[in-house]
Amino acid sequence: MTCTEFLALLDDLIDDSVTTNMRADLQEHLRGCEHCEVTLNTTRKTIQIYRSNEIYDMPAGLRERLHAAIMARCKKGC
Amino acid sequence: MATIQSIAGENEQHPDVALVERVRAGDVSAYDTLVRKYDRQVFRIAQHITQNREDAEDVMQDAFLKAYEKLDQFQGNSKFYTWLVRIAVNESLMRLRKRRTGKMVSIDEDVETEEGSVPRDLADWAPDPEQNYTQSELAEILRKTIQGLPPGFKVVFELRDVQGLSTEDTADALGLSIPAVKSRLLRARLQLRERLARYFRKKTVSAAMGPKGMGVDK
Repeated sequence: MTCTEFLALLDDLIDDSVTTNMRADLQEHLRGCEHCEVTLNTTRKTIQIYRSNEIYDMPAGLRERLHAAIMARCKKGC
Repeated sequence: MATIQSIAGENEQHPDVALVERVRAGDVSAYDTLVRKYDRQVFRIAQHITQNREDAEDVMQDAFLKAYEKLDQFQGNSKFYTWLVRIAVNESLMRLRKRRTGKMVSIDEDVETEEGSVPRDLADWAPDPEQNYTQSELAEILRKTIQGLPPGFKVVFELRDVQGLSTEDTADALGLSIPAVKSRLLRARLQLRERLARYFRKKTVSAAMGPKGMGVDK
């Protein structure tokens, strides 16, 4: 397996949607390729960091304003 | 219909469907439950596309109001949340067009870019690299890093990787094909990885100036 072939399957590996045989081929490639191992690990880390950090806090009071807007809309007929 | 669904077993009713039915029957509090469940996610999508806090606030409000008004048109072919995302994305794009005085903005344009399609930064990262930054520094890095991506990449990454939607639901919400979602996701992941590497890679003696002006690593 070449690095390009590995990269084409990177998402499937990360999303755990590869067959057992394919996984074995990918792991075989990883054993001999430090670059692809770094790419895999740091891509996983990228996803994990974005998943565990809130980058856009919702402004305080926005939920209440939305609630009021919905209630006002509702009074007009809902 | 409920009987047929329960016989099928795997077609168990999504909790949102029951909430939508309650809203349709006149119970507005059920809509509040849907709002509280999804408002943060909708706000984030609006932020990714508009890149403007006030616009994102307006979009979130307009999207929930529009969904409320159009609830009768919600067929249940999609999940409620993917239907809501579609409304929010359209509202966000309309807002962006207004800001850019009518310039077309689309979520489905395929952005021709080589960036990130081949990993260039092959240095390993420090273990738990985010710990070298305060929470607010880290949030700023993550915001700056994702802001440079095309809108379609950002939203696919947000829906698939941050919010955990399936490829199929992401495609449904964005009106994209499944191959298009997969292609954008791979490029988004690799571009973000590439851009974060400059902050998170292991420090070497030749690149010894750390983020806080630290000295040479011993």
